[in-house]
Amino acid sequence: MQLNSERPAGTGVILVTLLLAALLEVVPLSDSLDWVRPEWLLLVLLYWVLSLPHRIGVLWGFMVGLYQDVLVGTTLGQWALAYALGAYFMLAAYKRMRVFPLLQQSAVVFLLVGSAQLLAYLVQESVGRTLYPPYTILYSAAASAVIWRPLCALLRWVQLRFLVR
Amino acid sequence: MSSANPTYRLLIALVLAVVLIALDQRSRWVEPVRYGFGYLTAPVHYLAHLPVDAVNGFLRLTETRTKLMESRERLERQVLILEQKVQRLAVLQAENTRLRELLNSSANLDASVLVAEIIGVDPDPNRQELVINKGGRDDVAQGQAVLDSEGLIGQVVETGPLSARVLLITDASHAMSVQVNRNGVRAILAGTGQGNRLRLLYVPDTADIREGDLLVSTGLGQLYPRGYPVARVVSVSHHSGAAFSEIEARPTAHLDRVSHVLLVQAMEPVSGPDMEREPGDAAAGGEEAADAAQ
Repeated sequence: MQLNSERPAGTGVILVTLLLAALLEVVPLSDSLDWVRPEWLLLVLLYWVLSLPHRIGVLWGFMVGLYQDVLVGTTLGQWALAYALGAYFMLAAYKRMRVFPLLQQSAVVFLLVGSAQLLAYLVQESVGRTLYPPYTILYSAAASAVIWRPLCALLRWVQLRFLVR
Repeated sequence: MSSANPTYRLLIALVLAVVLIALDQRSRWVEPVRYGFGYLTAPVHYLAHLPVDAVNGFLRLTETRTKLMESRERLERQVLILEQKVQRLAVLQAENTRLRELLNSSANLDASVLVAEIIGVDPDPNRQELVINKGGRDDVAQGQAVLDSEGLIGQVVETGPLSARVLLITDASHAMSVQVNRNGVRAILAGTGQGNRLRLLYVPDTADIREGDLLVSTGLGQLYPRGYPVARVVSVSHHSGAAFSEIEARPTAHLDRVSHVLLVQAMEPVSGPDMEREPGDAAAGGEEAADAAQ
């Protein structure tokens, strides 16, 4: 068992959680709710980085970001850039993050999601596809911070239930 | 592998991403990447649309008999009216073809049409885009015009294998050439980024455009087929001192309510009599073609 636990397992489960997050990204909502749609994919990615930093890292972030790019039709590389950076920051902070109290964790998530979104916004701005001022991304960053804790608990349950390591 | 410094990986990822962004902006080399990922993203769009489908199906199941009969009657009436219009259309079309032959132009107005269902809306408030359930496998191509029964709604900007993205005419980055159906005055119709508002750009204060005017596509720019209704002018305001009047229009298509759309297959470029002339005469010839289209 001890030997077994060293071997990575449950990649499929990780992919399924990411796909479900992708689903939540595009599920149709009313126009006003679109403003506070959390960055589901990034949140799920961040969770897996936090709990499996030896497996899930920058390259996962890059690929998931690329997937997000095609999913929502942005310039190819826009979200890949943002997610790779988000995953990197989480990798740098995961040890501290694990012992942070709840509120502080949410604050870190707010900063991570916000900075990733800001980067994506800059790219989108440079290709001329932004309409609203950049502070509007704060709404969904805040929503992401609020949803972080429950999402974490859910994913933790999934991880234990399906023995992802 | 796991001991590799994440900073190096980040650098690689950043460089890759920046290269991708640049390539995607400047060329079409990365289209295959997008197309490949399309196999994975389309199912998500289909899944996200499932609940909507289910609710609609349920509503259809629980419709009452009287309601169904009512709608049947209405549809029958509609078919009758449309058939009567089609009768005249055949004659008009033949006449149009003859006149066009006289003018030495060969615009093919009879485009083939593909029906698609909308399965997704762009979640980003900055952009007005739709996802439809037909893609490269159904021969949907970039640049195809998309319309509903009332008018133009946009164009295909991206094709995956199983789905395609449609840029709406209301998107802030979208503009097209239109003309007033009443008198042929041409202008540029631009989106505002808000659901149901369009603007006419650079219209001189003296131009003859009034409230209620129907704007139809001109086919100039060769992106859209000619002669489809696009929008109706809702307000014209003149500002003393400003060079241009401020004209607002509303799409004739129901952009927010439509569930099925028509894709007009790519047509041959519109060739008018001006094609035969000297380049210097092209502008004048264009005017004539526009007049002939009246």
